[in-house]
Amino acid sequence: MHISPVLWQFLVKWLTNSALFPREASTIAPYADALYFFLLLITIAGLALVGALVFGFSIRYRKERNPVATQVEGSTLLEATWTIIPLALFLVCFVWGALLYFRIYNPPTNAMNIYVVGKQWMWKAEHPGGQHEINNLHVPTGRPIQLTMISQDVFHSFSIPDFRVKREVIPGRYSTVWFEATTPGTYHIFCTQYCGTKHSGMIGEVTVLTPEDYKKWTEGSTSGMSLAQNGERLFASMGCNACHTGDAASRGPSLAGVYGSKLRLASGSEVLVNEAYLRDAILNPAQHITAGYAPIMPTYQGQISEEGLIDLVEYLKSLKTNYRVQQTLTTSESNQAAPMTPGVVKP
Amino acid sequence: MDNTIVATHDIHAEEHHHVSLPQHRHHFETAEQQREAGTFGMWLFLLTEIMFFGGLFFAYLLYRNWYNPAFVAASNQLSIPLGTANTAILITSGFFMALGVWAAEVRKQGLLVLFLLLTTLFGFVFLGVKYVEYAEKFEKHHVPGASFDISEFVNPPINQKTGKPIEEPLSPDMARKTQVFFSLYFAMTGMHALHMIIGIFLLGWLTWRAQRGDFSSGYVAPIENFGLYWHFVDIVWIFLFPLLYLINRHPGS
Amino acid sequence: MSTTSSTIVNLPDQRTATLPKRNYLNAEDGLLSWLLTGDHKRIAMLYLISITFFFFIGGIFAGLIRLELLTPQPDLVASDTYNKLFSMHGIIMVFLFLVPSVPATIGNFVIPIMIGAKDLAFPKINLLSWYLYVVGGIMTLAALVLGGVDTGWTFTTPLSTHYLNTHVVTTGLAIFVAGFSSIFTGLNFIVTIHRMRAPGMTWFRMPLFVWSHYAASILMVLGTPVLAITLVLVVLERTIHIGVFDPSLGGDPLLFQHLFWFYSHPAVYIMILPGMGVISEIISTFSRKRVFGYTAVAFSSVAIAVFGFFVWEHHMFIMGVSNYSALVFSLLTMLVAVPSAIKVFNWAFTLQKGSITFETPMLYAFAFIGLFTIGGLTGVFLGSLGMDIHLTETYFIVAHFHYVMVGGMLMAFLGGVHFWWPKMTGRMYPESISKLSAVTSFIGFNLTFMPQFILGYLGMPRRYHAYPAEYQVLNVLSTAGATVLGIGFLMPLIYLTWSLKYGAIAGNNPWQATGLEWQIQSPPLTENFIETPIVDYEAYDYEWLAHKTEQEVTTVG
Repeated sequence: MHISPVLWQFLVKWLTNSALFPREASTIAPYADALYFFLLLITIAGLALVGALVFGFSIRYRKERNPVATQVEGSTLLEATWTIIPLALFLVCFVWGALLYFRIYNPPTNAMNIYVVGKQWMWKAEHPGGQHEINNLHVPTGRPIQLTMISQDVFHSFSIPDFRVKREVIPGRYSTVWFEATTPGTYHIFCTQYCGTKHSGMIGEVTVLTPEDYKKWTEGSTSGMSLAQNGERLFASMGCNACHTGDAASRGPSLAGVYGSKLRLASGSEVLVNEAYLRDAILNPAQHITAGYAPIMPTYQGQISEEGLIDLVEYLKSLKTNYRVQQTLTTSESNQAAPMTPGVVKP
Repeated sequence: MDNTIVATHDIHAEEHHHVSLPQHRHHFETAEQQREAGTFGMWLFLLTEIMFFGGLFFAYLLYRNWYNPAFVAASNQLSIPLGTANTAILITSGFFMALGVWAAEVRKQGLLVLFLLLTTLFGFVFLGVKYVEYAEKFEKHHVPGASFDISEFVNPPINQKTGKPIEEPLSPDMARKTQVFFSLYFAMTGMHALHMIIGIFLLGWLTWRAQRGDFSSGYVAPIENFGLYWHFVDIVWIFLFPLLYLINRHPGS
Repeated sequence: MSTTSSTIVNLPDQRTATLPKRNYLNAEDGLLSWLLTGDHKRIAMLYLISITFFFFIGGIFAGLIRLELLTPQPDLVASDTYNKLFSMHGIIMVFLFLVPSVPATIGNFVIPIMIGAKDLAFPKINLLSWYLYVVGGIMTLAALVLGGVDTGWTFTTPLSTHYLNTHVVTTGLAIFVAGFSSIFTGLNFIVTIHRMRAPGMTWFRMPLFVWSHYAASILMVLGTPVLAITLVLVVLERTIHIGVFDPSLGGDPLLFQHLFWFYSHPAVYIMILPGMGVISEIISTFSRKRVFGYTAVAFSSVAIAVFGFFVWEHHMFIMGVSNYSALVFSLLTMLVAVPSAIKVFNWAFTLQKGSITFETPMLYAFAFIGLFTIGGLTGVFLGSLGMDIHLTETYFIVAHFHYVMVGGMLMAFLGGVHFWWPKMTGRMYPESISKLSAVTSFIGFNLTFMPQFILGYLGMPRRYHAYPAEYQVLNVLSTAGATVLGIGFLMPLIYLTWSLKYGAIAGNNPWQATGLEWQIQSPPLTENFIETPIVDYEAYDYEWLAHKTEQEVTTVG
């Protein structure tokens, strides 16, 4: 029998690409797949049961075999059965799903943080070491990676199907997702939230490297300035250091070591200082006044790009002492005042 | 073949129910059923309206929580005397509406027309006051949009006697959030005013029908149902007034 | 139980039947008599024509979408055009077809008759609903002709308010207007069901079709206004730049999501509940047996309506909502799945000990049960938090809601149209070709959407104009299926129109069904009943029917 070449091609393509399941390339993927198979099993079993009942009854009680219907009111026992068993199964799905959800959305504390900025229609990744990438993301295997993501414009959604992770990227607030890649290779990044004309062009690739290759890559592609270093520059050029001098008498609170601490606000509430807090405090300072300080800080909304904010946040995260602040302060004001000798050796 | 369910049923038994009033619709068995259905439908419609305004109230509560200082400062920009006056005006209007329902029920055509006209009049007065308030917002650039101006919240005018600002100054970023307040202010009062305007059109129509004598023979469902609508509009205002005007007003402030 | 008394007399009046001289179709003549009618049956027919029109418009868009996705490259249309295609497809299908489909046509036609009323409580408001629907539809068409809209049917802010230059305002207002059509229909149904029931028609004698419409009406009345105000805010934000959803002004775009899904999740139940009602009628009729566990099915409709209001956040699990609220909403989502499961099993057991025949409506009902089971169970995937992360916003979700909406609701709609067609028009549809069309749609449907489940798990995002080449095979299958499906949907349009003139005369009760609507002439009189019926039998009482028929046979014969 002759098979038409088009059909043949199609069949070959089908067989070579007959994947029914995506690759498992992260530590989470097997967990997600396990739940998927469980749900698939329930679905097939449920469908088989309903199908068997419908077809079985249709054959057994078709008019030719059963010309007279017997009227039945119902059966509390049967109805209770098919209320309780589905309910129990659904509750299992709920608990299992919830556990997976918490696993996917609660990053381990030792995760390496990479920033991702989404905009129409590209993904920009910023590594702490200063490597910038567009529509590409290089990560090492065997290390938890946390992505801190934000959108410059509309809703986007960052999805890596082979890792089974996805999270909405929202304008105006950080969202996070984490994964630990297991297998070197390249994987799709999709924007899955409809975001305008070139929505389907907002795609990229995760390149997973072995730790050695990753090290090579970081060294080879650094821009020379880490995010924190960029942030330090920005801190000086925006004049932040004029108030946040680190002195006890300064107009702004000292920012050294503030990241990760619990801060008491003027409103009386206590907050944990994280990336989101720092970003928001720069843009909307009035809502984040540290107790004991006057609400004098101007807003920087519209004056710093999301990338700049990331630099500043990284800088503040890295700020463990006020030495560098004063150092930059001194240099920036060196034409007015005599330089002071620092008490410690520059690191 | 017979189309009826119970073939032995006496066909003439139901005849006397029909057409006791000219406004009675044929598909209702009795006038009582028609009236009940109408009232029930109106209540359901009001339930719909509650959900309609509910969305706005939900947004209001969320942002008021987030941006309380801005909401307080912006709320202080609204005129309490005008707001109070409008509350009184609207309640008066509602009072005349209630009288109108009474007049219809006791079949006093002249009084009904009078009360409906008074209801309309006070409705117009309310809208007039609202217009004055809106105009002031336009002058002060407190209407959300490109021309929105926050300077008054950042640098409030100085009180001549005390030498202090009449308001607590807001930092610029908080002052920007006053725009959220005014957005909601215009959306909520605008929606309310739209309901008033629709109500006034309906009032005009009802007044015309009343003077024609439609409601003088015991058929009062339209008046009653419109009364429900009008009172609902009043009640929405009773919620809007404290939420928008009185955020930070308490004795001594 | 006497066996002889429940024997069904085989289509007693069909051979001798003639079209009644007087009926609602010929009661008055002229276009105006239709456009100004207060008769619920005529309004139902007006709706039927208009929603069919919009269904095929939406269908053409679906066809173009599938055609574009035949190849991975963006080659058939430009990206903007593609975005408009799926937006218009969604908007038209959801707001102009699915929401009014069964309630406004079949529901409008049979609910008053089923409960023994002469009309809906507010005939003028019913007509107003249709006009609002038409105005909404024309505005949508206007937006379409002027250049379309590309927000997606979800109108996500800030994309819809600040970033698109298409006709968002027109479309938003169109949906606003169409929404009020839906509110008034729901309001009319609730009042009618409460106040217009015939003597003896107690709540638990009502057909389940009425129960499911009652539940759906509650959702229409309480949910739709929230969508209305949300759209008003979107329009205001777009036109005069108020700052309620705009993050740069301090608004919260997630608030839009909450408000939108507060309506749009219950909307799913607005769409499916009436379909479930249709299935209850059909299954019972063609197994000649009372629905198994009538009370459970009735209450499960109400339970779905009530729970349906408290699950909206499951559309937002990946949007950075608090983990604990996600837990609550996931749990509630699991709970809302239970009443649906109850219904499916009750339908299956209705067949048991029945005397089953397989006319076209029954085939559609079987299709519904199978496809809805798949649609429902895949909903559990999405309600399960961790699984949702991977599956949401992919083709899995597209397949899931098409299984529920097309596989469920559309099959139910078609089943219902075939089932009540003799009552609506007085004529039968051609049986064998309609069976063929039911089977064609079933096969075409599965071929279209089953591959999309796999695509979704593989990760293909929804609303993608172009996609990686490895997804092509499954997309080709899907497009091939869509072609079959399209044929399956075109066939009824043709043969039903044909049957208007050439179909066999149906007679009063071709199915030997028990509902009040089957005890009157087909097509019915304008006033439905010559005199108010007094109901002295339970719903689906086939023994009562057999008894009645026997009496008639003896009196006539």
